[in-house]
Order: sequence, then C-alpha cells, then structure tokens
Amino acid sequence: MPDLPFLSLVVWLPIAGACGVLIAGERGGAARSIALVVALVTLLVSIPLYAGFETGTHEMQFVEYAGWIDAYAIHYYLGVDGISMPLILLTTFTTVLVVLAGWEGIGYRHAQYMAALLFQEGFMNGAFASLDAILFYVFWEAQLIPMFIIIGVWGGPRRIYATVKFFLYTFLGSVVMLVALLYLYKAAGSFAILDLHRVPLELTPQIFVFIAFLLAFAVKVPMWPVHTWLPDAHVEAPTGGSVILAAIMLKLGGYGFLRFSLPIAPDASSELDWLIIALSLVAVVYIGFVAIVQPDMKKLIAYSSVAHMGFATLGFFLVFRLLEAGDIQGALLGVQGGMVQMISHGFISGALFLCVGVMYDRLHSRQISDYGGVVNTMPVFAAFMMLFALANSGLPGTSGFVGEFLVILSSFKASFWIAFLAATTLVLGAAYSLWMYKRVIYGPVANDGVASLTDINRREFVILGALAVAVLLFGIWPAPLLEVMEATLLNLLDHVGQTKLGPAS
Amino acid sequence: MPFTTPDFLPATPEIVLALMACVVLLVDLYFGRRHPGSVFLLAQASLVASAVLCIALFPQEPVTTFSGTFKSDAMSAVLKVFVILVSYFVLFYSKVYLDARELHKGEYYVLSLFAVLGMMILVSAGSLLTLYLGLELMSLSLYALVALNRESHAASEAAMKYFVLGALASGSLLYGMSLLYGATGTLDLERIREFSTDGAGLDIILVLGLVFIVVGVAFKLGAAPFHMWVPDVYQGAPTSVTLFVGTAPKIAAFGMLMRLLVDGMSGLRGDWIDMLTIVAVLSMGVGNIIAIAQSNLKRMLGYSTVAHVGFLLLGIISGTRTGYAASMFYIIVYSLMGLGAFGMIIVLGGKGFESDRLDDFRGLNERSPWLAFLVLVVMLSMAGMPPFVGFWAKWSVLREVVAADHVWLAVLAVVFTVIGLFYYLRVVWLVYFEKAADAAPPVCRTDVKIMISTNALAILALGVYPGALLALCVSALGAG
Repeated sequence: MPDLPFLSLVVWLPIAGACGVLIAGERGGAARSIALVVALVTLLVSIPLYAGFETGTHEMQFVEYAGWIDAYAIHYYLGVDGISMPLILLTTFTTVLVVLAGWEGIGYRHAQYMAALLFQEGFMNGAFASLDAILFYVFWEAQLIPMFIIIGVWGGPRRIYATVKFFLYTFLGSVVMLVALLYLYKAAGSFAILDLHRVPLELTPQIFVFIAFLLAFAVKVPMWPVHTWLPDAHVEAPTGGSVILAAIMLKLGGYGFLRFSLPIAPDASSELDWLIIALSLVAVVYIGFVAIVQPDMKKLIAYSSVAHMGFATLGFFLVFRLLEAGDIQGALLGVQGGMVQMISHGFISGALFLCVGVMYDRLHSRQISDYGGVVNTMPVFAAFMMLFALANSGLPGTSGFVGEFLVILSSFKASFWIAFLAATTLVLGAAYSLWMYKRVIYGPVANDGVASLTDINRREFVILGALAVAVLLFGIWPAPLLEVMEATLLNLLDHVGQTKLGPAS
Repeated sequence: MPFTTPDFLPATPEIVLALMACVVLLVDLYFGRRHPGSVFLLAQASLVASAVLCIALFPQEPVTTFSGTFKSDAMSAVLKVFVILVSYFVLFYSKVYLDARELHKGEYYVLSLFAVLGMMILVSAGSLLTLYLGLELMSLSLYALVALNRESHAASEAAMKYFVLGALASGSLLYGMSLLYGATGTLDLERIREFSTDGAGLDIILVLGLVFIVVGVAFKLGAAPFHMWVPDVYQGAPTSVTLFVGTAPKIAAFGMLMRLLVDGMSGLRGDWIDMLTIVAVLSMGVGNIIAIAQSNLKRMLGYSTVAHVGFLLLGIISGTRTGYAASMFYIIVYSLMGLGAFGMIIVLGGKGFESDRLDDFRGLNERSPWLAFLVLVVMLSMAGMPPFVGFWAKWSVLREVVAADHVWLAVLAVVFTVIGLFYYLRVVWLVYFEKAADAAPPVCRTDVKIMISTNALAILALGVYPGALLALCVSALGAG
C-alpha cells in the first residue's frame, strides 16, 4: 500500500470537495454528482485505515505530526486508535448515504446543501483524528457551522428556533471545555492529548476539569437533562441533517468521554461515576417512556437516540465499579459494549431517520396518525423498516443487540439493580419501536395519501440496503469490530485504573 | 542648556505624513474640483509611503528622541503599520460611501490623515505631553469627521455627544496627568515609571491620578461604564466614519493604554489590574447583553465593540508580556473584523439608502451567495468561532487569563461569549434563513467586491494559520 497521509486525506478531501461543489454552483446537476464522487472517494480513502490497522497495539497509528502554531506549541497532530478509527469509517460511510438521500427532495440550493454535508464530514473526521487538543477543539466547534446552516435553511417550520437552540447549547458546553483545556495546558505544558493523559492532577482540579468536559460531552451525547435541544433539532432538520446528527455528531460526545474525561480525570471519573450512571439510567428508563408517547416519528426516534446513547455512557462509566472488584474482563465488556452501541446506533438511527425521510418525501408529514397501512402500498419499504425497528428494539442477530447485551452483561457484574434498570430498555425499546411500526405500517390503508404511495425506488433501495447489510453484519459477526478496539480499550482500562493523584504532600 | 539637534530619523513616518496632509489640503484647494479622484489617490499614497517608512525603519532596539518625548520601539512600529493598513482600507470604503452619496469633500481625507498622524504619535509617546498631543489630534479630527454631513440630524447629534463626552474624558485624563506631575515632578513616562516602582511615599496621589487616567483611557476605548457615547456615535455617524472610529483608533487606544499603564505605571500594577478587572467584566456584560436588543446593525456593532474591549482588557489584566501580546493580537484582529462588518454595510448600501438595519440583511443568501458567505465569516469570527481568526484572538487572551490563575474570570468571559454568540447568529440567520424582500442582487462595484472579499478571506486565512501574526505580536512585546 502506498504510504499516503490517509488521515489528512479523509479530513481535507471533503473540505476541498465542498469548495468545488460551491464553485460548480446551482446550475445543472453538477453539484450533487461532484458531491457523490467526493464522498465515495473519501470512503475509499478511509478503507486503508481499517485494512492497514494493526490490531495488536494500542499505539496511535497513521500518525501525522507537523508544526502549526509554533509560538504556542500547537501542532497539526493526527492519529487513530481502536476508538477513533471505526468512528471515522462510520462517518465516511454515512456521508455517502446522506449525499444519496439528498439527491431529490431538497428543493432548492442543492449545491450549498451538498457543500454543507461535505464540510461537516471533513470537520467530523478532523475531530475524531486530532491528537492535539486545540486542533480537536477547532474541528469540534467548526462543525456546528454547517449543521446550523443545514437545519436553518432546509429545515421545517420552527427551524430557526431549533437550530439556534442547538448552536447555543453545544457552544455553551464547549467553551467551558476550552477553559479546561487551557488549564490542563498550564499543568502539562503541552496540548497533545496523549501528554494530557499523563499529567498528574490533584483531585479538586480533576473534578473541575471533569465537570467542564462533562458539560461539553453531555450536551453532545446528549444526556438527560441537557438533551432538550435534540428532539427540536431532529424534528426540524432535513433528513440528511437528522442522519448526520444522530449517526455521527452524537458519537462525538461519547468519543469525548473515552478520549478526554476518562483518561485525563480518572480519579474524578471514579469519584463521580454514580452521577453518570444515574443520568444514563434516567435516559434509558425515563426517556424510554417519553419516547413511547410521541406522536411525531422523528421525535420518537430522537428520544430513542437519547435512550440508546444512555447505554453507551452507562457502559463507559461502569468500569470503575468493576475495576475496583478486580474484574477487568467485565469492565472490558462494558466499554466494548458502549463502543459497539455507538457504532450500531449510528447505523440504526440513521436508517430510521432515512425511513421517515422516505415517507416524508412522499406525504410531507411525520405524524404517526397520518399514516397506517403503508405495507399495502410499499411492501419492500415495510420490510426494511421492520428490520430497523427490530434492530432498534435490540433483536438478537442485529447490531442493536450486541451493544446492549454486552453492557447489560457488564452491569450485572457491577450491580443487580443497575442491570435491572438497564434491561428495561429491552421492553421499552420494543414498545416504542414496534408500536410506532405497527401504527404506521400495518392496519387498513388510512387515507388517500397512503393509498397513493409508491414503493421505494432504486436509489432508496441502495441506501436502505447498505444499512441493512451493516446492521445484520455487525449483529451476526461483531468480531472484526471488537477486535480492532480490544487493545486500545484494554490500555484505556489499564490507564484509568491507575490514580493520577500525586503522592500525598 | 545647549540645544542639540534631535534625531529626526525615528519620526520620519510621522513627519512625512504631516507634510503630505498639508499637501493634500493644498491639492484639494486647487485641483479638487477638476480632478476629484486626485485627493483620494494622494491620501492613499501618503499612507503607503508612511507605512513603507515604518517598516524600513523598524527599530531593532527601542529608540527615544526629541528629549525622550518620542519613543520608537517594536510595539509602536507594529501598531503603526496596522493603524495605517486599517486606515488604508477605511479610506477605500469611504470613497465608495462618499461617491454614492455625493458627500465627496477633500477635507474628509485631510482630516483622516491628521487622525492617523495623531494615532501614530499616540503610540509613540514617550511623555505625557506627546501622548496628549497625539490623543487630541486624533480626537479632534474624528469629531469633525463625525459632523461632516451637516445636513444629517443624527450625525450632528452624534458629533455633539462625542465632542462633549470626549472633552470630559480628555479633562479627566489631563487632571490625572497633572496629579502625576504633581506627585513625580516629571512628564517623562520613563521617569514616572522609576518613581512609581520605587514607591517614594506619594502613593495616594499617584493612585488618585491613576484613577482619572484609567477613566480617560476607558472612555477612549469605549469600555463600560464609560461607553455611553459608543452606540450613539456608531449609529449616528456616516457609516464610513463609524468604520474609522471603530477600528484604527482602537489600535491606537491600546497603544496609549500600554504606554500609560504598562510603561508609565508598572509600579502600580496591582491597582490598575483591579480597576481594569471591574471595567472588563462590566464591558463584557453590558456590551453583550444590550447588543441583543438592537435592531440597527451599526448600533449592535457598537455594543459588540464594548464587549470586545472588555475581552481585550482581560489580556492586560494578566499582567505579563505574553498577556499584552495576546491583547495586541486581539485588537489587531478586532479591527480587521470591524472593517469587514462595517465595510459590508457600505457595500450593501447605495445611493440614497443605508443598509444598516438588521432587516436589510434579510435573505442576502438569495441575492448574493458570495456576500452572504462573507457576512457569515465576519460575524462568526466576531463571535469567536473557529476556524476564523476571532477564535484565536479570544483563545490567546483566555490562555493568558488561565495562566495568570484567574480561572473564574475565564469562565465568566466564555459565558458572556455564549450570550454574545446569539446576536451574531441572528445576523447569520437573517442572511441565510429568511426570505428577501426583493431578490435583485445588490449593486456593487467589482473593486469593492474584491476589497471586501480580501478582507473576509484574510479573516479566514488568519484563522487557519494564525501563527505568524501571533508570533509577531509576541516578539513586538517580548523585547520591550
């Protein structure tokens, strides 16, 4: 394999492509073709990241290191390990589907829409690949801009409220994180994330740093009670925006916990793990109930996202109880489960939002009550949606099962009651997913609109088919995913198991 | 005392500019009517000549001349170059604005050149006398510029307000200086510093003098609670003058702050840090919160300036060389963004109408996607979003604040930034999310379009690679 800077390519190709799309402009169909080509090439370029990945080591791979702002010791420092590499692949894969999904139905300003998607892809890849805290922060913040535009320009009637709320919420969380990063710089003398992992910190500053990170990542994940921007944003966003939000942007929050909170403030994490566990369980149980009663399909899926991401954070923060008990295998199950949950949720929630998008393109409604009996007119679509609804409720054999099962297994080892509450998701998830499915798809044809529906076309078939393959593949054979993560996660557990408090002074 | 000829060389840029301003005045008198463009070109040429001299005479070591009243060091040279650069852009936008409104008067350029001269003297001041001279030269020229359009009620009112309050501030500054003189017996900033650092028992008078001086400086910067003139003057003045008032003089005022407080009264650092902390927090609060309620873009940007000044002061509060460098970077970046923002109002305006209400920006994306993108760049940069340079300005100041152990101040500052984000976002959302009243693309000349594009793209480019400018600021202050 030629020795190319693959990480730089997956970051800058989409950004350059976005500029190209803007230059091509609105005339003709050139914009979306260019966008599709760029997205496909980026996907191809990201494949060597998996193919050439050494699974046996926790060291950073594909490292690129160059000076950037020498006066302040900020570097252009990229690299991936078992945590970030799968997320980058998820991003490049999802972007192709999103570009395809936006082929029709966007209505106006195609070029700007496609460019926003590509900018978004580049910035997200940058955030996952950055090993310099400030570089990470730049990408982390920059991606708010395209999403702000996507929701605000192509969104629903309350789009401005939703997009401003989204922007302000996430911005508030991240600026506090910026102060924490600057504080850490003072202690470590470096912005390299790996150096920050090693810097010793007393408990009180650790707790402040932890809370600052928590603000940033909890908003992004989002965790209860700072999740309220998500349903608004999802309901108003165009289909592509929803998919990007749910499938990838939320993952940045989870990624942040693994990359920043746990390794930089392990003692504070251990001290406050009850808080995160409690918030995660509230998300799983309470938000699960909230999801059941939603009349709007997108809102329902949005709440189900909050509940599913609660599983991921639960898995990450169970580790301290298990490490204390010396159960490193159990702890590994927890973080692995959380990671698998994140990836699988990327596929499933993306797929469900695309399904809603397919219906919305035809009838311009997201209300469950406007549908009924869709199976009569769209049998192929109904079959796909069945698969994704079942995956969302955690059916064995789908990727949704693997993550939830690992986390529940791990929580059993930690505490029966945590496991009990976590396992309610199997009931609640089935309830909200399948009840929605039943009301929308089955029953007699509800109205003339539904009667006039046409089944999915070839383009939609390709999109949903690709996701269906992914959901089933990782459900039946999750080993490749677990394999690439294992060394990294074991190292992470080893790291968080050691205290960072200095010798008592 | 025998008379020795002073070394004129370090002051050559100022001398050239002063001579050229007189020449411009004469040219306007004789040729102004027949060749209306000649005055503008000559003024631009004078600025370029002065800037070239500044760079050519870049002082390796700090030099003082004219018996210590004129000081040329790396900081003053860098500030001067940026003052001139910004003024160059200002004159360009001004010409567009004045052409469209038939306000074309040669005095405009003469006054501008004198104001620039005042700013250059201000940042090179070695004694209180020079400082005051520079300040008044700058201020008086600006008062006259604000009142230039005498048919406009708003402009006359703004000029009156600016003049009265400005005179009050100058009075306060003078009073503070007289107290300093009374306490130390000298006007020379170098010797005042020696006096203030060895603390010879006259502390109370010195501190009293300091209070008045801080009031005067805060007024010139437009910091709360001395910001009352800012919104009215920004809104009332012709946009091209607002553009001028809001950018280059801020750089000069930063220089004045450095000369007075850091060079002159480093011994009283503890005192002025406390005062500036209060001023900074108030400015960020008042500026960001009141800006939300504005419907006029010029007025909103006025309040946003107040907020930016508060942020800028944070760097000085940290009390270190790198902190001052961060503030310097901030003010340079700010004036670049201010140029872009007010420049956009001028670009979108035209014959007989101003484009200064927020509603005028509605749906710009439908009318001109490129200009809409430039608005996005300028506004989000002001808000402090990466990858634009405004982020690095805020970042470098915050870094110093945290390094100086004022973490609470940093948290307060970022919270105000979030509040501030709202009103910048509102401009972006008007531009992108709302429908335009008429879909006709705005009429604007190609050269203006190139100018505003350069301006906004510089904000983007510096955001991607801020290293050089940051390093320049650090080195300008590191030596002194």
